[in-house]
Amino acid sequence: MSKKIILAAFVGLMLVVTPGASHGMHIMEGFMPLGHSLFWGAVSLPFLVVGILSLKRSLKEDRNAKLYLGLAGGFVFVMSALKIPSVTGSCSHPTGVGLSAIIFGPFATTVVGTIVLVFQAILLAHGGITTLGANMFSMAIAGPLVSYGVFKLLGKAGVRKTYVIFLAASLGNLFTYVVTAFQLAWAFPGGPGGFGGALAKFMSIFAVTQIPLAIIEGILTAMVYSMVMEYVSSEGVTILTNKA
Amino acid sequence: MKFLANKNTLVILLIVLIVLTPLLMNRGAEFGGADGEAQEAVLEMNPGYEPWAEPLWEPPSGEIESLLFSVQVAIGAGAIGYVMGVMKERKKIASN
Repeated sequence: MSKKIILAAFVGLMLVVTPGASHGMHIMEGFMPLGHSLFWGAVSLPFLVVGILSLKRSLKEDRNAKLYLGLAGGFVFVMSALKIPSVTGSCSHPTGVGLSAIIFGPFATTVVGTIVLVFQAILLAHGGITTLGANMFSMAIAGPLVSYGVFKLLGKAGVRKTYVIFLAASLGNLFTYVVTAFQLAWAFPGGPGGFGGALAKFMSIFAVTQIPLAIIEGILTAMVYSMVMEYVSSEGVTILTNKA
Repeated sequence: MKFLANKNTLVILLIVLIVLTPLLMNRGAEFGGADGEAQEAVLEMNPGYEPWAEPLWEPPSGEIESLLFSVQVAIGAGAIGYVMGVMKERKKIASN
């Protein structure tokens, strides 16, 4: 019991102190027209509600869920603070949400990702409150959905687990930035190339930079996952094998 | 277990390689944030756009910012280590 309290305090502290990520990925405060901000907020909100319910259910069903939540949360914290240089000559960071999507499912991950995004916006001036809905959609909804989908599909196809996890996390990471590029191009198609030109431009900024980082995220996620699976005692496996 | 440890060492080396390659390939590059570049691109393509909101608070210096980052990583890594330790012990107890 006391372990649980310590862990809860730890997770709580983590959530409060988290400075979140600098230079990386998020759409900056004010850089989304009002209509788009409201649109993405409206799209993302239902996912957050479903996510809170899903997370609550997970925590109720599996007594080890808090432990996994600490692990998945810790992983997001570490990963989103690692600004890594890329071939394009700029820096970005992994998201870390793939692990959470695999363990808890895509909707519960929306909650984890949103908490990180909020604190990044408030404490580190990265991302923003006005762009929160858009950033939630890319990092806490679209990315985790892809990770989870890849995990489920390839898992059923009988591909080796390590490769499944690697691909799930990498593709989820990459897709997050593809969505970000799309969101910006949609909001700012003002250049000579119109929407297509803007999309190409933002893709080159975000998605290309992200390729090596997606590989790193995939490798680290697969490593942590295989360690977890090695330590997990048989009664604790439920959430890792059947959670939606 | 030993095999796993070796394999992990190899993939960690691979990660180091992926991180070092851009630094060696692009020596003159600034390695600024991709978000800052996106900001520039937005303003370049839409010169009339006025950002309509400002961050409420920004870290006063690069040092403060890196302090916050270090704290973030320390907490995250601590949580991961703690959970791994608990799980390892639980498995040991369960298998005895």
